[in-house]
Amino acid sequence: MNNKTIFISVAAFIGVIFIAAVGMYKSQQSSTIASDKLPALERIGAPSKGGKQAKVTIVEFFDPACGTCSQFYPLINNLVKKYQGKVNVVMRYAPLHKGSDDVVKMLEAAHHQGQFWPALELLFANQQRWVEHHVSNPNSALAGIKTLNVDHDQLDKDWQSSKIEKIVAQDIQDGQTLKVRATPQFFVNGKPLVVFGYEELVSLVEQEIAEAY
Amino acid sequence: MNNTKTAVAENNTPWNYLFFAWIFATSGTLISLFFSEIVQLPVCVLCWYQRIALYPLVIMLPLALFPFDVSITRYASPLVTFGWFVALFHVLVVAGIVPEAAQPCVKGIPCSESHFTLLGFINIPVMSLITFSLLGLLLFLAKKSYIQTHNKTLNRT
Repeated sequence: MNNKTIFISVAAFIGVIFIAAVGMYKSQQSSTIASDKLPALERIGAPSKGGKQAKVTIVEFFDPACGTCSQFYPLINNLVKKYQGKVNVVMRYAPLHKGSDDVVKMLEAAHHQGQFWPALELLFANQQRWVEHHVSNPNSALAGIKTLNVDHDQLDKDWQSSKIEKIVAQDIQDGQTLKVRATPQFFVNGKPLVVFGYEELVSLVEQEIAEAY
Repeated sequence: MNNTKTAVAENNTPWNYLFFAWIFATSGTLISLFFSEIVQLPVCVLCWYQRIALYPLVIMLPLALFPFDVSITRYASPLVTFGWFVALFHVLVVAGIVPEAAQPCVKGIPCSESHFTLLGFINIPVMSLITFSLLGLLLFLAKKSYIQTHNKTLNRT
């Protein structure tokens, strides 16, 4: 055997090993999460929309400063609208961007005044005005939220309260339990979205609807 | 000149050393890509610096294998040296020997956290350090055995 033959066969061998390892890992990856981690998925009082009677629940871990979350927002709305009453979306905080910790506290404070969805919509729509180079500016975000119909004093008091701090800390901890390392991260009826993408999410949701109804 | 070439063809040792260096570089590259792209472990800043040193070798070394060109040891060694020092620093950060303040890592992806451990002590930075050490050793041996072959040929003529 000459050097070229050796080189090509070893290269091919390494390639095959790599592909086999990827295949093995993918097939072993569970499409459900361990039952002891399921309680981390939902928390009472978390912002949601789509109706409590819905049998399919999408849990989304998000960061208001995340561009992809903002792009997914109308798509998620479409899903809720398309399967009216069948699909429920629960939002969980995963403030991975710098400065986002405070912004999600403000969102939660708005949630206490029943203004979570308008506040979220506003923050997503104006992301470029309060997120610079992937760093959140909580002051600008707060100014934005205050343009909504909210009690300003209550909002100021709430977002710095220990009660809201606890709620956000719980979400962050749950995110770690569920290994949320990027946003948005979706779980549909406890099943994580393994391959990220809108089409993949839609097919997972449709599959769960077919099973539940 | 002709004599040298014949001698190199007779003695395949330097080529073998470079070839094994390529195998290690490629395996390391694929393993790191496996962890970041398939298992989706977060990649911290120090890991990126090591990748910068490692990935080019996958392309550079085969160019020096066909046809055999020993001067690759000169071009590859700065990369290997750089990667080795970053890997060493990373190992020290994970071991807690380098203090927190000295870490150049962004919030969210701390370099001090290890996500993968084998046999209790082999984590990703340790594997990286081993790889860069082996690469350095193999490049050195390739150069050395080439010079020996070369000298023998010179002595014969």
